[in-house]
Amino acid sequence: MSDYRIQGATGEWEVVIGLEVHAQVTSNAKLFSGSATAFGAEPNSQVSFVDAAMPGMLPVPNMECIRQAVRTGMAIEAQINKYSRFDRKNYFYADLPQGYQISQLYHPIVGEGEIEITLDEKNPETSKKVIGVERIHVEQDAGKLMHDQHPTMSYVDLNRSGVALMEIVSRPDMRSPAEAGAYLSKLRSILRYVGSCDGNMDQGSMRADVNVSVRRPGEPFGTRTETKNVNSVRFVMAVVESEAKRQVALIEDGGKVVQETRLYDPDRNETRSMRSKEDAHDYRYFPDPDLLPLVLDDAFLAECRASLPELPDAKRARYEGALGLTPYAAGVLTAEVDTARWFEALLTATASAQNKPESEVAKQASNWLLSEFFGALNKLGKDLSTSPIDAEKAGQLLALVGNGTISGSIAKQVLEKMFETGDDAATIVEREGLKQTSDTGAIEAAVATILANNADKVEQYKAGKEALFGFFVGQTMKAMAGKANPQIVNELVKKALA
Amino acid sequence: MTNLTDLTLTGIRDGVAGGDFTATEVATAFNTAVTEAQEALNAFIVTTPEAALAAAAKVDADRAAGKPLGKLAGVPIGMKDLFATKGVQTSAASKILEGFKPQYESTVSQKLWDAGAGLLGKLNLDQFAMGSSNESSAFGRVVSPWRRKGDSAALAPGGSSGGSSAAVAARIVPAATGTDTGGSIRQPAAFTGISGIKPTYGRCSRWGIVAFASSLDQAGPMAHTVRDCAVMLEAMAGFDPKDATSLDMAVPEWDKLLSSDLKGKKVGIPREYRLDGLNDEVAKNWEQGIAWLKDAGAEVVDISLPHSKYALATYYIIAPAEASSNLARYDGVRYGLRELPDGANLQEMYAATRAAGFGDEVKRRILIGTYVLSAGFYDAYYTQAQKVRTLIAKDFEEAFKQVDVILAPTAPTPAFALGEKSNPLDMYLGDVFSVPASLAGLPAMSVPSGLSSEGLPLGLQIIGRPFDEQGVLNAGLAIEQRAQFSAKPEKWW
Repeated sequence: MSDYRIQGATGEWEVVIGLEVHAQVTSNAKLFSGSATAFGAEPNSQVSFVDAAMPGMLPVPNMECIRQAVRTGMAIEAQINKYSRFDRKNYFYADLPQGYQISQLYHPIVGEGEIEITLDEKNPETSKKVIGVERIHVEQDAGKLMHDQHPTMSYVDLNRSGVALMEIVSRPDMRSPAEAGAYLSKLRSILRYVGSCDGNMDQGSMRADVNVSVRRPGEPFGTRTETKNVNSVRFVMAVVESEAKRQVALIEDGGKVVQETRLYDPDRNETRSMRSKEDAHDYRYFPDPDLLPLVLDDAFLAECRASLPELPDAKRARYEGALGLTPYAAGVLTAEVDTARWFEALLTATASAQNKPESEVAKQASNWLLSEFFGALNKLGKDLSTSPIDAEKAGQLLALVGNGTISGSIAKQVLEKMFETGDDAATIVEREGLKQTSDTGAIEAAVATILANNADKVEQYKAGKEALFGFFVGQTMKAMAGKANPQIVNELVKKALA
Repeated sequence: MTNLTDLTLTGIRDGVAGGDFTATEVATAFNTAVTEAQEALNAFIVTTPEAALAAAAKVDADRAAGKPLGKLAGVPIGMKDLFATKGVQTSAASKILEGFKPQYESTVSQKLWDAGAGLLGKLNLDQFAMGSSNESSAFGRVVSPWRRKGDSAALAPGGSSGGSSAAVAARIVPAATGTDTGGSIRQPAAFTGISGIKPTYGRCSRWGIVAFASSLDQAGPMAHTVRDCAVMLEAMAGFDPKDATSLDMAVPEWDKLLSSDLKGKKVGIPREYRLDGLNDEVAKNWEQGIAWLKDAGAEVVDISLPHSKYALATYYIIAPAEASSNLARYDGVRYGLRELPDGANLQEMYAATRAAGFGDEVKRRILIGTYVLSAGFYDAYYTQAQKVRTLIAKDFEEAFKQVDVILAPTAPTPAFALGEKSNPLDMYLGDVFSVPASLAGLPAMSVPSGLSSEGLPLGLQIIGRPFDEQGVLNAGLAIEQRAQFSAKPEKWW
């Protein structure tokens, strides 16, 4: 249970949130035409006669889009409807060539499902919550109006007209901005795992309509407003907070929340009214007579299921179980499919370079990736997708640490050199003479010199200032230019001081 | 020498193939006939004599080169102006599409060109195929070549394929395409003494045909004889992946399998079609048709189609509902007419464009359709109509357990005079016999079966099982052979 509350003048309020997420289906072609769907193409360069709604043109379902919707439904354990149907949603607008949007009102392709969110990655077990998904249906996107091309006229770009969208409708199960944010992030993660949507909210291929209402804790739902087309996780959280506060202030001032559509202004961090229920459209939904009902057979569904990858929850459990990673590390590594893929490639490379099972090197790989490597990339302003080295090369580096060829601190230097030159770790270690030494004679000599030069500190140590032990080790490492095997240095320092 | 324009489609095709005359001679003869008749009949919206000649020249060259000839090689035809023809104005007889030249060719017309046919021009019709008299065209009404005995009053050629029916009857085209949503092939065929068949829904691709009511629209041929219809339908039909409602079935060899021997066949006579006050001559002609089919060997069975009385009401809910949505794309944004009054915003541009571009009948149906789909009325009208539609289809299903085809009049009266039916409801009532088969998606044809006492053609309708165009054509042929319908409109133009 969320304890998130809005503190009003008259007491506490609870916020109730539901999200309708529009996710553009990853497909080379539109939902009902063969046109391409690439982002950022020249205006009106990806428009067929069907997309422009020329007289006599007819829609034909693109089964790849249907397949992606079904796979998405399966990924959230939802009911897949073998019988679904397309309906027309009628309204006039210049970006809607047909004068209707083909959607699925009465018989959506995906029914009830659920998504589990984790609110605190540090305490995953105690912060889980299940958010219900009411349905997923597929529909056409509209085109785009361009108001900046001419002083008195608006232009229309139909590239997006007819592109397939999944509308993923949650239950009003969220109770805080954090829950809404976690739901949206988790949903995006699942979509990216499944490969049914690229989840790029900044490019508009995923956007959320945010339904918000407030109530006294334990009372029935209040009247909700819907804030349209919010295009980042951060903005969704901001909308929930600002809209909930606005509603509380309104009610406490004796006003009433009206059911309406609102828009979010990120510059002012506030929502404003777009249109109220009174001037809402009558969409005159009816079954599209150009399309037969969509009937899916068992073979199709089996193929969809078989093609699903390991999903974030399962992967996370495996990382914690079979690989022995901490819940936190497992959570971070599995949150984005690209991170998980990189980690798994790193794991494979690290293990095979040392001829060890993956479970034995998993912790090393995980720690190194999460602390060292992310830090190093961060310094360069890069991320995994733009990393100068691939997982294979990183694995070779880790293997050199693992088999004692170099120390962890030398590995940092090697990584820097790899970023600079793109060379293999082994080449750099060889060229720069960075190999770690386990030559006890040389180390013993170095230890002896350090102790001799620091007789006063040796005295203090023997008098009980044991913290100085680290100083002797550090000095020895420094004298060995970092190449001494730290474990052996430890042992020899201990022996010399005994 | 034969008068080329009097020949049937198959007569022309066989004559060209046999070298009796060239395709170019045929095209030239029809081009001349088209020109002569245009002012009086107004059957065409656009004529394309060069296209007809070019197609003919290709057929003549192919024949000279010994290449195989198509099913319709050398046959010039008229195309209802609802079919998109690449580079040739496609208007649906509406101002809103005046000047619109598609960059694409409809599947059906392309198939016809591939079979060797040529385009004489685009035929007039009721605007967006909405009407039964051709009076709703924005390009002027079509006048039937037929006249009552001793009377020169202009008569309706039927609708909506009235340009097609008038042109075939006047022998200015040997055959034409039609489309049938609630009787738009059959009724004009009956009014003008020609044959026409609406195949099973899905037989002909709807791709590239301006949509009226998607769940009902079907293309079909209109020609002089049953055989011509069979040959032309073979060229028009076939699965089209671009139309999701297209039937994925092979096209039968209807022409080859034509047979007027109806021994062992049962013909149903629906008792609900014996309306009170049915025109006497129409009733008598129906009785005659029953006798002919018996003579052809068929057994006649009395059947019941109990929900027939609801068919008209159902049709006039479903068809306008679909039309109101299908016609939303004509908004002045991308093609066709745009009315942009000074300072008008988007909504005002829509309103001005649609007010100026759509005719009264089209507006009436958009309003009806919008109304029946509106919140609060949807269940009472649209949902209810869909339920009744299912019941009507079940009536036929039951009937076809007993009989092979059904015989009925095509229309309740012979052709009426232009301007005679000023009340839209009177006009709608004329669809009473044709609409049920449309709602059930069944193949149905009209064949000429006699003349009224005023000398006007009467037609009989044969309705068949889904996919059984053959049964329909065969019964049609049996009537054709016995009716020996040879009357022609006297040339007054």
